[in-house]
Amino acid sequence: MTAVITVPASLDESNFESVVEQLAPLPADAKILVDARHCRFATPYGLTALLCLAQSRAERPDFAPPEDDSTASYWARSSFFRYAEELYTMRGATPRPRASGDSDVLLEVTPVAKSEDVHAIVGRIQDKATQILTTKLDLEPRATMGFAMTLSEACSNIIEHAGRGGWVMVQRYNWSKRRVGRDVVQIAVCDAGIGFRRSLEQSRARALSERWDDAIALETGVMQGVSRFGDPGRGQGLKGIRGYVHRFDGKLTVRSGTARIAPIIPEWDEDVPRRDDLAPFAGTQLQVIIPKRVPAP
Amino acid sequence: MTHIDVHSALQASTALPYHDLVTRRTGAAVRTLIEHQLAGLKDGTVAFLDFSRIGVLDRSCADEFVAKLMLPRTSDHPARDGYVVFHGVNEMHLETIESVLHAHGLALVVQFPDGAAHLVGAVSETERQLWDLVMRGPARHVEALAEAAGLPADHTRALLDSLARRRLVRHDDDTYRPLGAAA
Repeated sequence: MTAVITVPASLDESNFESVVEQLAPLPADAKILVDARHCRFATPYGLTALLCLAQSRAERPDFAPPEDDSTASYWARSSFFRYAEELYTMRGATPRPRASGDSDVLLEVTPVAKSEDVHAIVGRIQDKATQILTTKLDLEPRATMGFAMTLSEACSNIIEHAGRGGWVMVQRYNWSKRRVGRDVVQIAVCDAGIGFRRSLEQSRARALSERWDDAIALETGVMQGVSRFGDPGRGQGLKGIRGYVHRFDGKLTVRSGTARIAPIIPEWDEDVPRRDDLAPFAGTQLQVIIPKRVPAP
Repeated sequence: MTHIDVHSALQASTALPYHDLVTRRTGAAVRTLIEHQLAGLKDGTVAFLDFSRIGVLDRSCADEFVAKLMLPRTSDHPARDGYVVFHGVNEMHLETIESVLHAHGLALVVQFPDGAAHLVGAVSETERQLWDLVMRGPARHVEALAEAAGLPADHTRALLDSLARRRLVRHDDDTYRPLGAAA
């Protein structure tokens, strides 16, 4: 029997939890249909996490694409279907991607599996994003280099630690009607690999910790910069990401296993620093939001 | 003195037209190639590593390239007597390089576009003060530097020897002097 996993109408980082909760009671080899027919909106996190969902299943899942034309068209332009078709059995027609001059997709869904992918991603984001980051987000040209560095570090972590390939996507949004009240850029870097807890299982931090779970592992890796490698130079990447996000008044969240932490919560948003006991999901999912710069008073 | 273009080393080591120093794998490849180039230099040579054509430098790559290039050179008994000065680094490169140097307790000499050399990384204020005095050249004895710094001679000698061991100044005979033309 096929279990139906309903994708919510709005698929962002927060709402993806409802997808994970539906998956939780099912064995990994259960046949599932991921039903996105009524989905009308998806963020980079939502789209990349849907690809991770398929990767995490032992049995190839089915996928019902959005019925709404503009939603399906956006997913196609974002290259979501290009990779979804490799991972899911599609149940329904998907539109061909058409160029639209849509400059808000700064980086389409892009696989991250090897060092060359990171070079290509960093090159593409500099080609396409620099103008938008400087004109729409008022970031200094120097900040765009930090933006590319953040992307490269997040993607490199997949290669170094995840044990399998993942996905990245970058999108600009006009959030003038939200609390932040200005444009933002969202980065999502998601994988369905081994996650922080298993990656750090052999580390000294694990040996010294009385309690060991996904939340502790996340804090150990993200906040303390501990890596499974003992080398003192390790853990620099996440430290660099935290520094960049903090400097540009951004927000950083990382989910792994059954936990999620928000190491940097800006004043323009509300969140909790840590959530435990979430429904389990494979790998690590990282989201960065950088808002338009507000001139100093 | 010799000039090594890091961008050329990047392209040669990866065989691809990259401009960015990102990922540990790339850092290791570039380091290996540059170590090979440095190994071919005469003892005492100052090698200028030119970053002016490099785009993004991320911390993982910098750790693999910069830190691991410098670590064996600053040991008590380095395999070769050579010096490395960084040149053509921009503000973002510098921030990244400093972070990895601090993680390993390393320091190095960076020549800025105006030609001035700066000491970056893990150094104390007193070490920096002495280094600045040495950089004013010409070669000076410990006693002269100690007097200029207002420090006891023994302490000054220990600090200068440490700077020399870390390949941040030259120590010839009983004098200390700047690294090559960068100074």
